[in-house]
Amino acid sequence: MAQQRVIVVGGGLAGLAATMRLAELGRHVDLISMVPVKRSHSVCAQGGINAVNSLTRLQGDSEWKHFDDSVYGGDFLQNQPPVKEMCEWGPRIVDMMDRLGVMFNRTPEGKRDQRRFGGTLYKRTAFAGATTGQQLLYALDEQVRRWEVEGKVKKYEFWEFLGPIVDGKGICRGAVAQDMFSMEIRAFPGDAVVLATGGCGMIFGKSTMSMICTGGAAARAFKAGVKYANGEFIQVHPTAIPGSDKHRLMSESARGEGGRVWVPRRKGDDRDPRQIPMEERWYFLEERYPKYGNLVPRDIATREIFNVCVNEGLSVDPNEYCVYLDVTELPSTTQHKLEGILEIYEKFRGLDPRVMPMKIFPAVHYSMGGLWCDFEKDPHTGGLVLDSPRNQMTNIPGLYVIGEADYQYHGANRLGANSLLSCIFAGLIVGPAIDSWLNALPAGSAAAQPSSLFEGEAARHKEQYEQLINSKGDQNPYLLHRELGQTMTKNVTVVRYNQGIEETLAKIDELAERYKRVAIADTSNWTNQNLSFTRALGDMLIMARVIARGALLRNECRGAHYKPDYAIPAPKGGDPETVRTEAVRWVQAFRKQTQEWLKTTIAEYTPDGPKISYEQVDTSLIPPRPRTYGLVGAEIIEQVWRDTQSADEKAAQQAQPAGA
Amino acid sequence: MAHERTVKLRVKRQDTPGSPSYWQEFEVPYEPQMNITTCLQLIAAHGRTAQGQQAAPVAYDANCLEEVCGSCTMLINGRVRQACSALVDDLLSTPDDVITLEPMTKFPVVRDLFVDRSRMFEHLKRVRAWVPVDNSVDDTPPPLMSQKVQEQGYPLQRCMTCGCCVEACPQVNEHNAFIGPAAIGQAMLYQKHGIGQNLAEERLEALRDTGGVAGCGNAQNCVKVCPKGVPLTDAIARANRQLTIYSLRRWFDR
Repeated sequence: MAQQRVIVVGGGLAGLAATMRLAELGRHVDLISMVPVKRSHSVCAQGGINAVNSLTRLQGDSEWKHFDDSVYGGDFLQNQPPVKEMCEWGPRIVDMMDRLGVMFNRTPEGKRDQRRFGGTLYKRTAFAGATTGQQLLYALDEQVRRWEVEGKVKKYEFWEFLGPIVDGKGICRGAVAQDMFSMEIRAFPGDAVVLATGGCGMIFGKSTMSMICTGGAAARAFKAGVKYANGEFIQVHPTAIPGSDKHRLMSESARGEGGRVWVPRRKGDDRDPRQIPMEERWYFLEERYPKYGNLVPRDIATREIFNVCVNEGLSVDPNEYCVYLDVTELPSTTQHKLEGILEIYEKFRGLDPRVMPMKIFPAVHYSMGGLWCDFEKDPHTGGLVLDSPRNQMTNIPGLYVIGEADYQYHGANRLGANSLLSCIFAGLIVGPAIDSWLNALPAGSAAAQPSSLFEGEAARHKEQYEQLINSKGDQNPYLLHRELGQTMTKNVTVVRYNQGIEETLAKIDELAERYKRVAIADTSNWTNQNLSFTRALGDMLIMARVIARGALLRNECRGAHYKPDYAIPAPKGGDPETVRTEAVRWVQAFRKQTQEWLKTTIAEYTPDGPKISYEQVDTSLIPPRPRTYGLVGAEIIEQVWRDTQSADEKAAQQAQPAGA
Repeated sequence: MAHERTVKLRVKRQDTPGSPSYWQEFEVPYEPQMNITTCLQLIAAHGRTAQGQQAAPVAYDANCLEEVCGSCTMLINGRVRQACSALVDDLLSTPDDVITLEPMTKFPVVRDLFVDRSRMFEHLKRVRAWVPVDNSVDDTPPPLMSQKVQEQGYPLQRCMTCGCCVEACPQVNEHNAFIGPAAIGQAMLYQKHGIGQNLAEERLEALRDTGGVAGCGNAQNCVKVCPKGVPLTDAIARANRQLTIYSLRRWFDR
């Protein structure tokens, strides 16, 4: 029998974890990546990785609380079994990365140091300076290199994924990829294909993401029939350094270590920030969210900073929107732990953040949505059946998705330091899932399929390539991309109005029309980056429609998706009776919203734009409840909600026939 | 019409690995705080030389644009560094200065400013820069690590294999098989790690071979150009000491 092979596309944390795990299970892996895997976007992750630890346990923390924080922070849009499993694996994963050599910061005794991150009250985050993603990625890169030496892994770096190969029965049998130097297009037979291809921030023009994060690979799978879920949920990180080419992340760890966000109380106060006395500064996050302070979940911090600049006119720079993020008062030992990010600020802004407060503003950062994937729930644990071939499998059998490219773990809003965890976790569990899939492969291995299947797919992609390289239109792809980024950022990020989203959809139609007349400036058949970018632009237009369409249809506020026209008005307060009445009204509105909108958006490809439907969310473990961060009368709302819930339960019990 | 400020660049180009190189000049609109990758994006968008001739976009390697991935290393005004963190304002003494961009010289050119650094990753295989665990996930508690070992290891672990040190090292040349500072730094990374030290002798063996530590000429250029302040010369000195002790021990154990 021919040797079975697995194709992993993408070598960030998820792809490398999967490759390592598959190699350990004795599987042979072809690892395809657009960049040397050590240069994948995971290097940009800064703050840390979340897991319950011995310290937080003593304060009453548990895996269940991590799970609860994650689904509450995510506004209950996640299927709960995979999230529960992930939180349980947290301590094991951090221990594993420690054994693999990550230089986590240490306590004097030699244990891992911990910091606090957003959306939790526990110090659950392990870190390596402020470059944790880089260190985690390198440790996995080294393990994969070791397997490469052992002959279990073959790397194809500077190869670009063009699409999955799906046979007549709808089963994935491999992938087509292109050598980014020689431009050779080749079909890779594979008995399972894993997409670990990251996010799609480039759709927004400027984001904190890397240049390869176009969503191109996801779009190519989408076109081949994979469903895309929750596309409209895009995380805008509260603190980034605005830039002309991209926005550079300023990690949440700056606040986790005690950094404070503020603006002068007086509009247009142009004094040197260091000269502004404490009482004339407005620490608006601390004032509005006394419980979480500067560490409220990201969607909330982002909206507050946006609001302070855009609506209240308190930006600290007359030429652009920004607020101060101040780490100047932290002791130098603490600043030392943040060295990696403070250096970035210093290099790109030319000012030392140790002595001068940083100017920051929100920027597009992470896609909570992604390609749809399955899971198998273990009814006994509430978590996953660990060797189920269904875990992480898309709706195309044999095609898997993991990491930021999937939609499974973060719901409507991701908590800081949960993404490194979700990427590694998904990479580790996809190993046994694929192992099971390969052990019961339907209709023989990929190598046993007719060669015409592979030749045909390669030929189809070659034809598309020839067509594109010969386009002689009048439209400049780089300028089209700029226009796409502008319209998406304006209407489909922090605050969304249906009219604006409709404008954006019309703009995307116009851009797609103009894209048909795109001009390729480089006709070389050697290292043609111009072509690769233009091809990805076509994919970005497809995914932009998915994001904007999902956002248009979802008439509610949930996590990162915020539509003021559909916000439930917050109670204004007053005497206890009024608050109670308002709380009851609030809860009624919330109940209606939950019934109507607590569901996953599913997009399916059609040439005329995405077809949208909805799917039930598995909330079997923790019943959804209102997110009440900073809300007036939060306790009363929560009380009214609990009363309503128990009344519902009683009614349900009475509805059961006697003796049932 | 008001004369808009521009940035002038001279770029050394090469169409294919074997073909001769040539220079082209470009002019792009100035933006405050712009960096060299922005200039290259503007060149691609504009598609013409300063003289108005059609020009294919300049090929270059880039990804994160925040100096953590190591991709966009090139020679900027003759100095090796990342293009993303090279700010135009810092490169010009007068607005009329011309900025020159060239590919690194110690690696084969793929196209224009894009070079092939795969050799550096091959060297990481040679020095076995990894921790030899039995299995990744197995619920074994990790070894404790002192703050001192962490403080020594973390700066080495920030090496992004960008190639600056290799480019600046006079000992890396056609007449010499020296693996360069980066790989030696990585060989030293896990020498004191609880599990990583199990390969300590194999790594020293690799560094004893041709092209190993003995190749260092102590020019100390590597630490001067390293964008991450990786303590490369310290690592090389440590490698030398460990090798001496290792060789003596081997001699006594004969």
